[in-house]
Formats: sequence, structure tokens, C-alpha cells
Amino acid sequence: MGNYMGESIKRREDPRFIQGKGKYVANLHIPNMAHVAILRSPYAHARIRSINTDAAKALDGVIAVYTGQELIDGGVGKLPCGWNVPDIKVPDRWPLMVDRVRHVGDSVVAVVAESPYIAYDALELIEVDYEPLPVVIDARKTTEPGVPLVHDEIPDNISYAWALGNKDETEQAFASAEHVVELELINQRLIPNAMEPRAAVAQWDAYTEEMTLWTTSQNPHPIRLLLSAFTLGIPEQKLRVISPDVGGGFGSKIFHYPEEVIVPWIAREINRPVKWVCSRSESYLTDSHGRDHVTVARLALKKDGTFTGLHVQTWSNQGAYLSTFAPLIPTALYITLLSGLYKIPAIWGEMWGTLTNTVPVDAYRGAGRPEASYLVERLVDIAAQELGMDPVELRRKNFIPADEFPYQTPVAFLYDSGDYHRLFDKALGMFGYDALRESQKAAREQGRLVGIGVAGCIEASGPAPSQVAGALGAAVGFWESAVIRVHPTGKATVLTGSHSHGQGHETTFAQVVADQLGMDINDVEIVHGDTGRVPFGMGTYGSRSGCVGGSALVRAAEKVRAKAIKIAAHQMEAAEEDIVYDRTTGKLHVKGSPAHAKGFAEIAFAAYTAHNLPAGLEPGLEESAFYDPANFTFPNSCHISQVEIDRETGEVHIQHYTAVDDVGNVINPLVVEGQILGGIVQGIGQALTEAAVYDEAGQLLSGSMMDYAVPKAMLFPMFDVDRTVTPSPHNPLGVKGAGEMGTIAATVAIANAVMDALAPLGIRHLEMPLTASKLWHAIQGASGGNGMQATNETPLGGRDEPGDPANWPERQILSD
Amino acid sequence: MQVTMTVNGKSYTRDVEPRLLLVDFIRSELALTGTNIGCDTSQCGACTIHLNGKAVKSCTVFAVQAAGAELTTIEGLAGTGLHPMQQAFWDKHGLQCGYCTPGMIMTAVKLVERHGGTLSEEEIRHGLAGNLCRCTGYQNIVKAVQQAATEMGGGD
Repeated sequence: MGNYMGESIKRREDPRFIQGKGKYVANLHIPNMAHVAILRSPYAHARIRSINTDAAKALDGVIAVYTGQELIDGGVGKLPCGWNVPDIKVPDRWPLMVDRVRHVGDSVVAVVAESPYIAYDALELIEVDYEPLPVVIDARKTTEPGVPLVHDEIPDNISYAWALGNKDETEQAFASAEHVVELELINQRLIPNAMEPRAAVAQWDAYTEEMTLWTTSQNPHPIRLLLSAFTLGIPEQKLRVISPDVGGGFGSKIFHYPEEVIVPWIAREINRPVKWVCSRSESYLTDSHGRDHVTVARLALKKDGTFTGLHVQTWSNQGAYLSTFAPLIPTALYITLLSGLYKIPAIWGEMWGTLTNTVPVDAYRGAGRPEASYLVERLVDIAAQELGMDPVELRRKNFIPADEFPYQTPVAFLYDSGDYHRLFDKALGMFGYDALRESQKAAREQGRLVGIGVAGCIEASGPAPSQVAGALGAAVGFWESAVIRVHPTGKATVLTGSHSHGQGHETTFAQVVADQLGMDINDVEIVHGDTGRVPFGMGTYGSRSGCVGGSALVRAAEKVRAKAIKIAAHQMEAAEEDIVYDRTTGKLHVKGSPAHAKGFAEIAFAAYTAHNLPAGLEPGLEESAFYDPANFTFPNSCHISQVEIDRETGEVHIQHYTAVDDVGNVINPLVVEGQILGGIVQGIGQALTEAAVYDEAGQLLSGSMMDYAVPKAMLFPMFDVDRTVTPSPHNPLGVKGAGEMGTIAATVAIANAVMDALAPLGIRHLEMPLTASKLWHAIQGASGGNGMQATNETPLGGRDEPGDPANWPERQILSD
Repeated sequence: MQVTMTVNGKSYTRDVEPRLLLVDFIRSELALTGTNIGCDTSQCGACTIHLNGKAVKSCTVFAVQAAGAELTTIEGLAGTGLHPMQQAFWDKHGLQCGYCTPGMIMTAVKLVERHGGTLSEEEIRHGLAGNLCRCTGYQNIVKAVQQAATEMGGGD
């Protein structure tokens, strides 16, 4: 009973997964089901002159073939953008494009057939007459003369611009700086690669005119809202969206995708259940990508290492259209994090969201925050190098002290809590920093390329509160819902608006509720991911489930306890304030008389028999809460790695890796550690192996798992992972988000280690991914090599280094 | 074409197209959906099954090539209860979203059977090179395989 908080309870969802009983959308079979396949553009930019579907329609087993115009005529709407900054220009995006395609993979024709094999055969028979158009791929080149417009109505291919901070103070800081570090860098485009490809199944009930859509989404309620209000037009009360077991998301399954419109539309049209399952090759071309920044930054310092100012200019590649939350990522989740763990009195951040002939870019694990951390922590490392300081010493010198929280940064955020010195003390101790620095010296004397990388990172998790989000451009709120339905026998069904796609809410949320009510955890069932069962909820992203969804559960539980106390007081003839609700036993008694206690189940039964309730109290024991947090939470981390680069091959070997994260209080350490471990590997993937690579014609060269290097087990050592705890002061659990911290910190912890290893060769900065080939060339080109040129080829084919910002187009400064 | 094969101890005969992939046969014809599909280039290993005693990616075999074969899928791995490898994945938190898990377990079982209970961390990491996981960072999968290896024993 009770006492489940902080316990490493094994996950209750696991038995079905380890026995092959996962309820993924692609596993759903409905009798008489038809199968959809989508014809996608082979060109990055082209006009559609004509489409001939006659041969496809004539193929045996094909039920129907639909073009974009037919969908529009049939009532579908444009895919909306859910985050609108001032003066944003949102390009039109239809579920199937009609007269023009703007990236390889853009959807053009839908086929529905008796089997997926026949549907794919039919795609081969469709003739589309394309007139190829010139393309723009590189975010930095979108405004150059002669560059084609991705959308004719959007000049310069700039969808929006945004800026934040204290501009005048920043300029003064640089005018009076004793040292300035300048850095141009690329945060390369990544492809999320959740192991489960997206899928959708739709079933139309012609009698009741109700639609059920099963979709691989992280947030089924917002999807239902968008379908109802914008794209499909079926009223919300007639539309049920279910996201059952979802095989990973990492952000990519937040967004409203064309197939979520096409599949139910066809199901209604042919009055049959319809299924669509994305192939992996299609997912590379259609799942929203992540990152893709080009940045020019300057850090102003005093000679003693004190930071005095930071100026950042970023070109953020948005792809061909604005994905659902695209404008949020490089604005309110990026520029707002540029203060890092540090006191920087003056910060001015500017960004431009540019359109290109590439797959749309949106949130991917970390979403803006890894880009900020990578930039800040690279700048700090280079500053340490230039000032001849130890990178840890420089960081410590500039930390926000523990006694200055809550801390207001110059870029809008109010950090809730933290103790960065204690965080670093623990990580450095675990890592054995001083000793490893000594052995690094010895290794360097032997000519070995050994590097140590330190990263101190901040995250803003659980976006909030709704009012502020609205002011920043959100079209949605950022609260969460919870219902605790206590049954007459004292068991509970708990409905949460958060969604688990691997996080393990069925376990951790049951821990929270059982703990709050003093129940046996086996008497608590968590239900999520079904708009037909759960009240409107916002889903899971931005590491929000624990701090927002979990807090909503606490609020609902408080109401259940309050009602139980009323009933107990009435039945035990005592005042409410004299009733003790013992959460460790789940029993209620009058103060001083624990022997005469009533169990929670007894109270629940009494609530439903309603034979003996206080006057005016409604029967039943079911409470709901909608929790809108007061602020983000601010997890922070210190990750340290040691790598050695093989001079002969350029390969990076990770020798030691220590991660200490402060994610506040922890509900289930096993689950939190799992999140950190997985995040680290995704972060290292960006540092060493992963990149979406386009050629100059806009073809995605890294368009399969053969070509896009999702990291494998053998790349890694065992990671040494631990925590410090500064509880978040503003949510009832004291928790902070744990889902993205690993990814945010690991990328730069490894990148800094690799650059530290190369420092003796005079190499200052290389762009990620730091592949063996890139490092080998760099080593060869540097002093001591064989005279070959160092290469710093960028991950986007043909992309130049950013030019002089003075030559950039007129900037629209939208906020100071 | 008509094919007959034994899957999880039960014999099935079906008429199939020659081009039908074994994984689609297992999932669609036999309704054994524990075997997942994560890619279309034989990289991810989510579809790994046992075919005549070997771990095989069932997306890379035609159903007709498995005619007469003995197959085991995740559903048939344990007789009753859990196989030690399944138990170990649960104990060690070796899964999150669960999508790679059936394939990962089927590969790991054969890996341990090949190497025995004494296989090293490095052998495990290399042995899992054909199976991708995006959630766990592999660390707890390695620990799970170590636990199961101890329990399964055998080998040298």
C-alpha cells in the first residue's frame, strides 16, 4: 500500500511487449479491410502537368484511386500550423498536393486496394507528368538572387523571423569586451527513426456516421481537434482517435500528417475499413525531420573568463511546409535556452525560419534545446581554450549560484531550481576528472589523440503555462487532464491525457495514484491514448508527462481524498479536520483512534451505495482535474566523456562516459535511468554518425537505414549514470522532465571530447557528424599529417559556410 | 503456390504469391503480429524469427523459401510462462516502446545459444549489430542478455 514514489518498480506493460502482444496500429486487422498506398514525388520541386490513373484503376484488386483535387472536392482542408509567431507566412499544404510538389516524398496520389501488394503495384501504373523546377536546399541560400521560391507567395523563402533578448546591452557588451569568441556552426538535420513506422487504420460507421481512427500519435486529442476543425470536417463528437501502443516517437509522432486525413476520408468514401502502413523508406521522406540550423554566434568575455554578452543569429531550415509545431522549436524552445547554466547579463538571439525543397522540420527529441546547448557549450569550450583555462573552471566561474534561484535570464525564462556546482562535483568525482586529465597528458605525449569533453546543459521541460504559450504563438494550451474513477470495490481506473509511446506511464502513473490514495498499485489501471475514453488531453512531448500529467493526477487524487474524508467524517461522527487519511495504509481514522479505521474500499463502497452520506454530498467517487503548470521545469545535467581517436582510421572510441542529471524528484528510478540512457545514445548518434544528407537536386541520399546511421550497440561502452536532486518548487511532485536531457547533453559532451582530442593538431571546430572519414581527413590535413587538405564538409550537400551576416536580407525584429 | 511450414509447433498450409515475404506471411496469413516490421532494407532486425534453429530476418526471406521449415516466432518462444530471455528483458528494463523487442529477444536467444553462458559484453554488443533499438541506448539490453546467458548457461 502506498509508498510507491521513488521505487524502481518493473514495468507493468512489459509482459505484453516481450511476448509479442503489443497493440501497435499495424497489428490491427478488421474484416473486409482495404489497404492504402501513397504515390510520392520523385522530384524535390516540380509542377504537375497531368496525372493519369486509368491503368492503376483498371488493375485487378484496385478499389479506387484518388488525386489531390478529388480530396479537395471531397471536403478535405489544408494542414494547419499550430504555432503562429507574429507576421508568419504559412504556406498551403494539402493532404495530397494538386499542381506542384515541393520535396521528394510529397504526396500526390492515393490508391486503395484489396491488399498492400496490389496497392503498391498500382502506384507503378500511375503516370504523373512532372515539369521539374529549380530547387533550394540550403537554409542559408534561400534569399540569394536567382534562388527559386518554394512558395510563390512567400518572398525570400522566409516564413518568419523572431528575436529575443536585450539588444542594446548586448551591443554594449561586445563594444567593451576584453575577449570575443566567434563561431559559425551547423546543427545538422536529423531523421527521428522511431522503430515503429507511422500507420493509420480508419473505420467508418455509415449508420451512426461515426469515424474511428487508429493512428501512431503521441497526442490523439489534438489530432482529433485538427481533423475535426481543419482537415477532415467530421465533428469531434463523431470522431474517435485512438493511439494504442506506439513504438517510439521522439517528437516525430506529435504532428498531424497527410495520411491521417487521407485514410479516414477513403474509409468513408468506400465505406470499408482502411489501413495504411508507412514503409521505412517512405518514413525517411515524410516523417518530420529535426534540427537543421546554421548559426553565427559571438560570446563576449572579460579576461578572467566572466561572460558578459552573447549574440546569436540562426537560420533554421523549416523544409517545404510548416509542420504542425515547427515555428515553436527554433524560437521559444531555442533562443530562450541560450543562457545555459550561466549568468550572461546580455543576450540577443535572432533567427529566420526559411523554406526549402526538403522534408518539413519540427520537434525531434530535445527540439531546440539541444541546438542551444550545443552552441553554448561549444562556445564555452572554445573560450576556455582561447583563454588558457580549464573548461570546468570556466563553467564554474559563470554558473548561476544555487542561492539565486528562481533565476531570471535575459531571454524570458525563469529557471525554477538547480545547484550546478553540486551537479558538477558529483559528475567530476564519478568520472575521476583530475586523474583522467593527468593520464590524458601522458597519452598526448605519446602522440595519442585522447580528448575529454564536458557538457553542462539546461533543458526547459513541460512547456507552460498556457497563457504564456498563447502569447508566444501556441494555438493550443499546455495543461493536462486526469480522471480518477474509483469503483465501488475500491479499485480505480485512471484516465490521463498524457500518452505513453515507450515511457511507461501504465507503471509510473499507477505509482503516483496508488501513492496518493494509499492503494495497492495492482488496483490501479491507467488508460490513455483514446479520445473515446479519456477527456481532452494534450499528449506527450517536451518531457511533460511527469511534471504536467503526473501533477494533474495528484490534483485529482487530492479531490478524491477530500471527498473520502467528508464521507469518513460523517460516518465516524467527527469533524473533517479530525480525520487522518493515512496514505501508507489507505485507511482513514479519527485523530488519536487509529484502531477504528475505515479502509479506502469501504469508503468507496459507501460513496456508491449512498445510504449514509453527508447532506448535500453527491454519490460516487470520481474526480477530474485539469492542471495548468505555473512554469516550465528546468532539468540540468553534467555529462563528461573521454574518447580516443584512432589516428589510422579516424574512428572515435568512447572510453568513459559519466552522466549526472538533475531531473528533480523521481517517480521510478529504473524508468528515469532508462530515459537518460536512451537519450545519451540518441545524442551521441548526432555527434558521431547521423545526418540527413541531400544532394543539390534535393534527393535525400540518406534515405534508408542502409544510408542513415542509426547507432548500433557496439558503438558504446557502459555509461555511468547518476542523479542529483533539486525538486521543482512549483509542481506537487517536485519532478522535472527526464525524457530529453540525455540527448541534449550527450551530443556536445562527445563533440567537445573529440575537439579536445584534436586540439593539439590545431583544429578548432569540425561540424557534426564527426565520422571516421571526416576525422581522418582532418588529421591528415593538420600539422603532422601527410599534407592532404583538412575537410570540414557540411552534412547538407553543397552547403557553404555561413557568409557575412551583413549581407543577409533585411531582418524583421519582432520582439525585444 | 502452396506452402506448408511448421510455426510454433503447428503445421500451416497456405496458397501464397511467390513474392510474398515471410514476415507478411507470418503477420497476415497466420495473424502472428508479434513479429514487427521496422524497415525495408534488412537493417533493423525487428522481424527476426527462428528458422530451422537460426535467427533470421523474416523480411529477407520469401514465404515459399520457408516451405517445409520449422519456424519459431516470439509467440512460440516459451512453452508456458516466460523464456529466461523474456524474463531478463523485463527484469533489466531492456525495453521501452517494445517495438524492437521481439526481434531483439529472438536474436539474443540464438546469440547465447551460440556462445554459451560466458559470452562477453563485447560479444553481446557485436552480436546485436543487426538489431536496432532507438529507445534504450542498448545498455539495459546488454544487461538483460548477460542475465539470461547466466541462466541459460550451456556453451563453453
